[in-house]
Amino acid sequence: METRVLEIRKGILNKNDEIARGLRERLHACGLLTINLVSSPGSGKTTFLERTLRSLRERGKAAAALVGDLATDNDARRLAQAGVPVRQIHTAGHCHLEAQMVADHLAGWDLAALEYLFIENVGNLVCPSSYDLGEDVRVVLLSVTEGEDKPLKYPTIFNSSDVAILAKMDLAAACEFDLGAAQANIQAVRPGMLTLTVSSKSGEGMEDWLALLAQKRMERVERR
Amino acid sequence: MHELSIAYSVVEIASESARQAGARRVNAVYLRLGALCGVARGALEFSYEIAAAGTLLEGSTLVIRELPARVYCPACQREGDLESVQHFLCPHCGAVTGDLRQGREMDVEAIEVDLPGAEPGTERREEPEREHGDAGTGDSQGNPEQER
Ligand SMILES: Nc1nc2c(ncn2[C@@H]2O[C@H](COP(=O)(O)OP(=O)(O)OP(=O)(O)O)[C@@H](O)[C@H]2O)c(=O)[nH]1
Ligand SMILES: [Mg+2]
Ligand SMILES: [Zn+2]
Repeated sequence: METRVLEIRKGILNKNDEIARGLRERLHACGLLTINLVSSPGSGKTTFLERTLRSLRERGKAAAALVGDLATDNDARRLAQAGVPVRQIHTAGHCHLEAQMVADHLAGWDLAALEYLFIENVGNLVCPSSYDLGEDVRVVLLSVTEGEDKPLKYPTIFNSSDVAILAKMDLAAACEFDLGAAQANIQAVRPGMLTLTVSSKSGEGMEDWLALLAQKRMERVERR
Repeated sequence: MHELSIAYSVVEIASESARQAGARRVNAVYLRLGALCGVARGALEFSYEIAAAGTLLEGSTLVIRELPARVYCPACQREGDLESVQHFLCPHCGAVTGDLRQGREMDVEAIEVDLPGAEPGTERREEPEREHGDAGTGDSQGNPEQER
């Protein structure tokens, strides 16, 4: 018997990364802007997405959404009311979405007719951070009821995100939410991150968010 | 907890290489994990035993090398390791910088295997090779300065 060391040098999530790369190429070829929404459970992803999808539809924009959920299709039913194509991804206990799940659930959709694809990840601030879904923009939601120090407790997901949304701003006063502290904590773990304050109830901040989407989508089309 | 599925991927990658090399057994698996890779070391170590059971890797040692988050500082034009991933500040001059150069890694670096040798009985153990300056797998218990 001989003992030997074999070099491997392979990414553990290599398979997911390859699928995500292929997916991104495919989505880019269609001129789609893809957004991966992450947050803790209950931060307001579905509510925010409902409002976003409605507004986009009113403006004649073509959007679709995939929504990951451990067990139910409640979120998908809520989102479908916005009148856009929506599909549920049952993760069967998985605490995050993977690129293959996204790819599987796009089947049959005319991607070339879409401008925006939203993916609501499973509510979890840990696991989704390692999985590339082929998105262009990763958006992390932090609601005012969760405390200002979430970014310090979960630096990995905040650092891997491109945009932060401070959600449920209509409740800020009741929660004595310290906006300055929250923003400082986001900047501490992800210097330069664009941060928007929104309320899906009152509509505060939605215009800025929609403008950001329009701008990112334009950049996407120009780079095609 | 996604560490169990990560552990299964590690076992899959290692088993495939071991089988290709004709190995009978895997003694050790060497990983490197960046400080911002999103995997909790303890949970992975725990999951690894479960994932390795009944495979060529059963009973093998998981050797994890932790890589600190490293940033490039435009102010002093140098790279440096963050003292904490909660504060993206240049360790040399204290300037704010978000230019991450290392820290998301999550790789299988190497495996140590038993191959059916030509001369039975002459077992030889080798230390992992150090091919690249930063790729040493010998400092197995990770970087003591690493904060989690
Ligand atoms: N006041 C207020 N409540 C909100 C707002 N957004 C969401 N909520 C409430 O917060 C709760 C959770 O919202 P969801 O949109 O389901 O949250 P989620 O992040 O999709 O939850 P999971 O998918 O379970 O992770 C619901 O009761 C919403 O009505 C907001 O802007 N203001
Ligand atoms: Mg939801
Ligand atoms: Zn510096």
